[in-house]
Amino acid sequence: MLKKISKNTKSSFITCALVIVIYAVIQIMNSAGSLSSLIKGMLVLLCVYSMMAISLNLTVGVLGELSLGHAGFMCVGAFSSGLFTQMLKTGPMNPNLRFFLAIMVGIVCAALFGFLIGIPVLRLKGDYLAIVTLGFGEIIKSIFNALYAYKDANGVFHLSFTSPKATVTDEAVISQYKIYIDGSAGITRNPMQSTFTIGIIMLLISLVIILNLMHSRTGRAVMAIRDNRIAAESVGIHITKYKLLAFTLSAAIAGAAGALYAHNAPSLMATSAKFGYNMSIMFLVFVVLGGIGSMRGSIIATIILTVLPELLRFLNTYRMLIYSIVLIVMMLWNWAPACKNFREKYSLKRFLRMKLTKKKTEEEV
Amino acid sequence: MALLDVKNLSISFGGLRAVDNFNLEIQQGELYGLIGPNGAGKTTVFNLLTGVYKPTEGRIFLDGEDITGKKTIDINKAGIARTFQNIRLFKEQTVLDNVKIGLHNRYKYSTIEGILRLPGYFRTEKKMNEEAMRLLEVFDLADAAGVLSCNLPYGKQRKLEIARALATNPKLLLLDEPAAGMNPNETQELMNTIHFVRDEFKMTILLIEHDMKLVSGICEKLTVLNFGRVLTQGVTAEVLNDPEVVKAYLGE
Amino acid sequence: MGFIDAFVKGISLGSVYAIIALGYTMVYGIAKMLNFAHGDVIMVGAYISYTVMYNLKMPVWMSIVAAVIFCTVLGITIEKIAYKPLRKASSSLAVLITAIGVSYLLQNIALLVFGSNPKMYTSVVQTPPVKLAGGELIITGKTIVTVAVCIVIMIALTLFINKTKPGQAMLAVSEDKGAAQLMGISVNGTIALTFAIGSGLAAVAGVLYLSSYTTLDPYVGSMPGIKAFVAAVLGGIGSIPGAFVGGLLLGLIEILGKTYISTVLSDAIVFGVLIIVLLVKPTGIFGKNIQEKV
Repeated sequence: MLKKISKNTKSSFITCALVIVIYAVIQIMNSAGSLSSLIKGMLVLLCVYSMMAISLNLTVGVLGELSLGHAGFMCVGAFSSGLFTQMLKTGPMNPNLRFFLAIMVGIVCAALFGFLIGIPVLRLKGDYLAIVTLGFGEIIKSIFNALYAYKDANGVFHLSFTSPKATVTDEAVISQYKIYIDGSAGITRNPMQSTFTIGIIMLLISLVIILNLMHSRTGRAVMAIRDNRIAAESVGIHITKYKLLAFTLSAAIAGAAGALYAHNAPSLMATSAKFGYNMSIMFLVFVVLGGIGSMRGSIIATIILTVLPELLRFLNTYRMLIYSIVLIVMMLWNWAPACKNFREKYSLKRFLRMKLTKKKTEEEV
Repeated sequence: MALLDVKNLSISFGGLRAVDNFNLEIQQGELYGLIGPNGAGKTTVFNLLTGVYKPTEGRIFLDGEDITGKKTIDINKAGIARTFQNIRLFKEQTVLDNVKIGLHNRYKYSTIEGILRLPGYFRTEKKMNEEAMRLLEVFDLADAAGVLSCNLPYGKQRKLEIARALATNPKLLLLDEPAAGMNPNETQELMNTIHFVRDEFKMTILLIEHDMKLVSGICEKLTVLNFGRVLTQGVTAEVLNDPEVVKAYLGE
Repeated sequence: MGFIDAFVKGISLGSVYAIIALGYTMVYGIAKMLNFAHGDVIMVGAYISYTVMYNLKMPVWMSIVAAVIFCTVLGITIEKIAYKPLRKASSSLAVLITAIGVSYLLQNIALLVFGSNPKMYTSVVQTPPVKLAGGELIITGKTIVTVAVCIVIMIALTLFINKTKPGQAMLAVSEDKGAAQLMGISVNGTIALTFAIGSGLAAVAGVLYLSSYTTLDPYVGSMPGIKAFVAAVLGGIGSIPGAFVGGLLLGLIEILGKTYISTVLSDAIVFGVLIIVLLVKPTGIFGKNIQEKV
């Protein structure tokens, strides 16, 4: 029994240690100057994507519900935190405190969205749930793509779907407006405060939260619902409460990732390429390839699948072709029953074990 | 006063009365059997008692409290726990965790305490582990505590389901065909375990079973269902000798 | 644009969605998988038809036949190589991700073969427009042909499924694979046939879609693919009349939303309607409600 507990702790510890080691190696390589600018430019993004992957894994692997709209929560986190920063950018607030608060705003807003969306969505099952989350993700993206946030000449704050320029034609008046979110042009001139170190700290915090949750009373309840809803109900577990809790937490972490993302580039736009369902699907690919329910796997898969296409850039147009073939082959290799049997039959482990037992029997003789 | 008192319970699916005017009284500490041919409505009775279905008519009282129409989780909190005909374990979790999930409402700490690993977490987890291991030992499953429950042999899975149900500390335990798929040795062992649970935990047990050896061996009283209606009820030996019962089972 | 104009345009787009959704719904009903690559088969069909028309200078009808044949073969091949090995996999997510991989693959092959520059696809329909109400309402030839093709396909499919042996086999396989096998139905053959029909329909949809929305690039299939899937879910996935009704509804909502509410928010409106319908009726308009047995 004690062994089992220490096994969980050990596994969590290894996962966190892995992240720290990766961080240390990259910092050393960076100070030695052996890091290409390409990789340097991707470091924060890797943290963002890793956080997205582990938070999605909380929904898909731990809660057992297929979500195809996870990028939507990232979008909420990015725009709410970005808006916060924009509004206080010229104020007297300490930039670091402002960034911290912006991340908090991103987390709270995304959590709120997760909670409100979760209430109706989590009543649905399987593929229906998947398509509705996809729908919500697209709706969020479309809304932020059409949203204008500005202060007019009198200092009154507006949120609207029509551009202030559409109603106010006087150049002199419009120049007094402060535009924070400018429709499809999004947020511009955002201070770039996200650093690799902050990203790693946020990733570690998210990781610890998820791992500790999984190995606690709450996490067991969530996994019980995943494994058998009817049995979970029969032992007195409140299904809706725990589903919502996990879903909201998952959204909150995605919001944190969004906040990190928003402060990693000077401009932020709600385009399909950044927040559309394709991104949600990409995160899902990280989760499934890394192993459903395995946080460590999610992070490793995220790193490999994000860095690999970049390293393959010299292949030009063949790059994504190779990527897609690798994806299909890996899925078949990992999941097809025929491949599983093949692997077991010719696995290295088995080969070694057979040799060992052979040796043993020879010795015994 | 009876621990479980069911009055005129009925449920219709479409036009079919799956359970019709069902009455049952179980006293504290009794080992009660619910038998009948396939499709007689036995599992439906269990589903009604545990709130999976809402009855069309009738009342259910547990220890004097009206639990009719309540939700499954509230009925569990009121004191009814069950096992399932087709085993429903939390397959991807260990044997120990299965029982700990059963302890969910008895040993509590908040999600925040769990995430931040506050003292409440360690204190409560320790108590949960002790209690869960105590239960596993009763069912001779302590050695398998760290095994994934889907990897247990069939007979042990049935036992684990009982252990999990007991972990919720019920007043009444419902067992749905506990011996299904077991060989005679396993059945004999199960009979001993059920007896032991009754004596050790002062438990009241209602069970559905087809294995007549088990039924006649441990049940003190029986109710026989046929086509959703009570055919006869009473002391085991008398019920089993009732010609109506023989007819229901063997046909005319 | 008047209401009638918008309505006609909506019906026309809806008919295309309906044809794609029919393929989606059949595949889902039988293989129980979300075939994310379905939208990209539309794109492939359009490219094939484009090549046959413009590069090989063949007549329009030959380009359509070529597209249908190519996509049918493509559908069967994809199923055989990528999906069939995963049919008995322990997680249904595996085949979903593989489908996503196939979708990327088709897009990137198209990118390599045809380049990333969009091609201008001119309408294959030469039917003259019909003027109604004294010339106030003009219904284009494209619209008439699209709606007609959609209705013909819908009727043909319904007849095929209800009146022919392979159609009945499809129904049986969608209900219960194991039982169907015991009855002597070739499950593999039936699933392959379903993919063949679905992909053939996707080719037709590709030609019709591009006739109205003329820009052809390697990513052109994704959005109509997703929309058609939404249409299939809206109508109740697995149901043929559901796909038809769902497709028409979705086209109408999209165009009317664009006309009367907001161009940028039209996708949001489409998904919003889907969400509302599913919350009221969790398995779609024509969906069957299945409860888990305890």
